[in-house]
Amino acid sequence: MDRTIDMRNAKVENGRSKSETVDDVFTTSAPLSVNQEGEKLAFETPCDHLAKQMDRRQFVVISAAVVGGVLLCGLDGSAQRVSAEDRIVHIPLHFFDPDEAATVMAAASRIFPADESGPGAKEAGVVVYIDRHLAGPYGSDGHRYTQPPFESGVRELGYQGKATQAEIYREGLKGLAGFRLLPTAEQDKALTQIESTLFFSLLRQHTIEGMFCDPVHGGNVDMLGWQLLGFPGPRMSNYEDVDKHFGEAFRPDQVRLGGHPGDTEE
Amino acid sequence: MKTLPSVDVVIVGGGWTGLLMAKELGSRTTASVVVLERGGPRKTTDYFNTMDELENYVRLRMIQDFSSETVTLRHNDRQKALPLRQAGTFLPGVGTGGAGEHWGAVCDRMSPDSFELLSKTVEKYGSKRLPEDHAIQDWGVTYDEIEPFYSRVEKLIGASGKAGNINGTKIEGGNVFEGWRSSEYPLPPTKIPYFSALFDDTTKKLGYHPYPSPAATLSAPYVNPDGIARPGCTYCGFCERYGCMIGAKAQPTNTLMPVIAKHKNVSVRNGAWVRRVVFDKTGRNAKSRGVTYVDSGQEFFQPADLVVLASWTLNNTRLLLLSGVGEPYNASTETGTVGRNLTHQVSFSPVLAFFEKPLNRFMGSGAAGVLIGDFSGHVLDHAELPFIRGGTLQAPSHGYGPLGSFGAVPNSVETKWGSAWKKTAIHYYDRAGRLAFQGEHLAYKGNFMDLDPTYTDRNGDPLLRMTLDWRDNDRRMADFAIAKSIEIVRAMGATDFTPSRGLESYDARVYQSSHLQGGTIMGKSPETSVVNPYLQHWQLSNLFILGGSTFPQSSSARPTLAMLALTCRTADAIVDRYLKAPGLLAGS
Repeated sequence: MDRTIDMRNAKVENGRSKSETVDDVFTTSAPLSVNQEGEKLAFETPCDHLAKQMDRRQFVVISAAVVGGVLLCGLDGSAQRVSAEDRIVHIPLHFFDPDEAATVMAAASRIFPADESGPGAKEAGVVVYIDRHLAGPYGSDGHRYTQPPFESGVRELGYQGKATQAEIYREGLKGLAGFRLLPTAEQDKALTQIESTLFFSLLRQHTIEGMFCDPVHGGNVDMLGWQLLGFPGPRMSNYEDVDKHFGEAFRPDQVRLGGHPGDTEE
Repeated sequence: MKTLPSVDVVIVGGGWTGLLMAKELGSRTTASVVVLERGGPRKTTDYFNTMDELENYVRLRMIQDFSSETVTLRHNDRQKALPLRQAGTFLPGVGTGGAGEHWGAVCDRMSPDSFELLSKTVEKYGSKRLPEDHAIQDWGVTYDEIEPFYSRVEKLIGASGKAGNINGTKIEGGNVFEGWRSSEYPLPPTKIPYFSALFDDTTKKLGYHPYPSPAATLSAPYVNPDGIARPGCTYCGFCERYGCMIGAKAQPTNTLMPVIAKHKNVSVRNGAWVRRVVFDKTGRNAKSRGVTYVDSGQEFFQPADLVVLASWTLNNTRLLLLSGVGEPYNASTETGTVGRNLTHQVSFSPVLAFFEKPLNRFMGSGAAGVLIGDFSGHVLDHAELPFIRGGTLQAPSHGYGPLGSFGAVPNSVETKWGSAWKKTAIHYYDRAGRLAFQGEHLAYKGNFMDLDPTYTDRNGDPLLRMTLDWRDNDRRMADFAIAKSIEIVRAMGATDFTPSRGLESYDARVYQSSHLQGGTIMGKSPETSVVNPYLQHWQLSNLFILGGSTFPQSSSARPTLAMLALTCRTADAIVDRYLKAPGLLAGS
């Protein structure tokens, strides 16, 4: 089968007026499984529905694969197969504004670029994952001890700052104004300059999370990150294989949470 | 505050030890028993859809919510302690089953001399080999006394392993350095994945004595003496930090709760956050009267004839300090007992090794692996070594997902992002393996717990303050483990490796283990311990304390099996002796 995916014209839109295309046309060959007979589903996704309820008008717009289709996940974790005819998927933004989302997409794509070793952060929908992560309890320190006084101590005691992850991103992104329009070499230079900041370490960590989390969290679209690694996802049993395949790669087909027959090429 | 109807027994904490005590009392007596658990209910079916690495491994869904309560830490009493604002070095459990739900389920026994560490070390080397500021103590029980209880809990959980010493006869293939066992493991060892098998082969060739990790994860279907049936492990790899969706990993919810549910005299009350032990301060006849707790903002007093604290090392200690039960330990005067002998474990990864061939690391279970006991404290000859005691070295295969493992590259790759890093990280993703060392952490006079003067929990109660740092004995033991590990991974055929930098200051950012111990330690004298060898409070005879908080110092074994064995011993003493004639079960 043709193992090519094209995430052409990924762009960010602010609902009413379509804004500029932010990414160059990109095509890559990757060990990607797509179901060519992908079942076409109604296009009104749970995301769109929720977005209307919330009266949010900001979206990331990603074109569907021209071959086969891609699997995207709604906010409730339900799978949405988008076939070629659907063309465009609107994913509502919950934390970033469109400009910030474009910057994060561009920066994450330099941390984990699409290149000869396979697709990268943009193709895996990392920005969607980070947007949801920051909008949720982890972005606002819902599970962190935040009682004052905030004092600095020895580094072994861990992060003692007051700023939440969401605040660190907001502040950090101000320093990346115009970043997404730079040539990649300039982008790399800009990231090298902030390499030792907390913002960058969060961005790097979240890029990896968005690449390799279960697709229910918005990233790892179509289990693309797992396919790069040969990680099979949540497989119920390895009983017959765990003490075999010594010294050789054992790479079962990927499965995902909430998956159902037809999600993969099995 | 609302006063509730009195019960015979109140148990604080619904984890391994609290629920084991509840099961024993519920099935062997008619006593009314209430378990107070501050987290929510959990059951096996909750885990059907939780093979989610982000939620469990990264976001720590199973772990205590640090926004409600944490601890503060300082390395010594000249530093100001600051709160651990996010989980890192250890992972306390919450909810029914506690940390017993997300544990790795390696269930090794402690070596016999661990229980008499002070006397055996002095006997072997003289007291001059003890670190100057040590606080090592004997436990007040011996291995021979505990062995029957070890055997009993191995049958309870369906331990899978290979004996190395049955009644004194050494058996090749098991841990030939272990203490005597009265019987073989209930089940054969779990399967051995490739990385661990490679370690097994290599260490055998090097003259060491590898053995399969004892596992509380079933190698085959099993029915325990309570009639509880559980299936064998499928090696899905979503194990430590996860609840087991099929119940192959022994957890309080699948091993104890089904029994407890059959006994109407026991109830588990979720959402009950215990704040104080209530007691009458009347000298020799002092008695606890029950506990107070808060549930959804409302305060309750639960009176009880017998109070059992089973709420993990840190919270057991904190409850005594908050309640004013016993005298807090004072490190400068070396008086008082509550909070003394805080130990963790010298648990770290001595080396990260890279291999040519893929390892298929996604397959495994929390307890699948191979260990060697050749570097254990009772095996090493320390005559020429710059430290005492030791630990076990393990090649674990607990199942690895990309969020926990992606990004490990040899030191020659200098960047941590971008194309070159990505390409190398993808290549090595399934070609990297870590050894794990787990060593004894000796007790020191300067490592202890008390109440923090500044920070409070969500109820406004002071947080527990840990004063904890490594000493030279720990650091030298770690350096020894690193040197030996490098020899071993080289012999395993590693093409490259990154050794650990060793122990510097205690680092709360890095996960080490959840094996914190001490604070309400057991011993032979009320001058130097909080509870007697039956885990009964020296002053309040109707107060019992269960779990790692009663361990005078850490051994190199994982503490869970010893906690369960000691809980069974205490349960027998309560059922057979205390309930018939309440009073102190042991003299000093």
